[in-house]
Amino acid sequence: MRVNYLLGSAALCAVLVLVALPGFAKEAASLATDPVLEKRVDAVASELRCLVCQNQTIADSHAELAIDLKNQVRDMLGSGKSNEEVVNYMVERYGDFVRYKPPMKPTTYFLWFGPALLILIGLSVLFITLRKRRQRVLDAAPLTVEDTKKIDALLHAGKQEAKS
Amino acid sequence: MMRFLVPLILFGVLGGFLYVGLHLNPREVPSPFINKPAPDFKLSQLQDFQATFSPKENLGKVWMLNVWASWCVACRQEHPLLVQMSKRGDLAIYGLNYKDKPDDAKQWLAQFGNPYLFSLADFDGRVGIDYGVYGVPETFVIDKQGVIRHKVIGPVTPTILSECLTPLTQLLGKDESVEAPEMKKVMKKCA
Repeated sequence: MRVNYLLGSAALCAVLVLVALPGFAKEAASLATDPVLEKRVDAVASELRCLVCQNQTIADSHAELAIDLKNQVRDMLGSGKSNEEVVNYMVERYGDFVRYKPPMKPTTYFLWFGPALLILIGLSVLFITLRKRRQRVLDAAPLTVEDTKKIDALLHAGKQEAKS
Repeated sequence: MMRFLVPLILFGVLGGFLYVGLHLNPREVPSPFINKPAPDFKLSQLQDFQATFSPKENLGKVWMLNVWASWCVACRQEHPLLVQMSKRGDLAIYGLNYKDKPDDAKQWLAQFGNPYLFSLADFDGRVGIDYGVYGVPETFVIDKQGVIRHKVIGPVTPTILSECLTPLTQLLGKDESVEAPEMKKVMKKCA
């Protein structure tokens, strides 16, 4: 069943790509009409996730849904809505997931602070390990006179051997 | 001992996360619309362009809005089930014909059967966007107050139908509140 659904989605994506091609030309035309508006559309669109091709923004994606959403963004901005209002409109409909930059709230704290937390844990493990190791070297019993002599003798023997 | 135990535990934790991740579906984005009023719109009917429909007209009824299109492969998968359901006649199901061509859509219905009271023509997909549609098919369950109570993303399966949609719509028909234990049980099955 799931495989079927996946196949269906794959076919759908193929269709979407084909259908999206003419849309691309349309876009170029409207780009010429109002460069200021188009810049704002791009700015907002690059903050929004395309839900069909989830790892792309709707600015990057040529999926049909992305083009529709971009048109929606253009219309809303054109009718005098602010960038924030447009993003809020999308979040109301698709959830926080559409935002590439997730909002700061309790459920996303781990997302925001997780990496820093991991680095902190890593650094403290490193620090503790290094300190332990240093302590072990310092704690080792000091050499006796006999030990020193033995070492010298061995080193000397080694040098002689190397010469011969 | 520790030197083996720590990596083993770390591996276990990582493995656990990955295992859980295998069973998650990134395409199932929870709709923020659940328990919010269904957005209003006015659209022509697919089979009769003169006639229009607006969700307001369905206040006082429990109904479903099924988003479909003739180009949608997964829609064919759920379609026989919808047809069967409509024959039983226990639930009002309306279609939202999303980004389709009228001729294609009509032919599709003629070929596979028409389970809908009628379908609405959303050819430019604007209403779809307003409803947060991103993957067809999607099915919304709307209660008597015009509030969206559930959304099925992807094809409706016999399990979803028998364990979620049928009991949910029955409870909604009886005006069961969100807090009722039976309702909670059903919503758990739906999740």
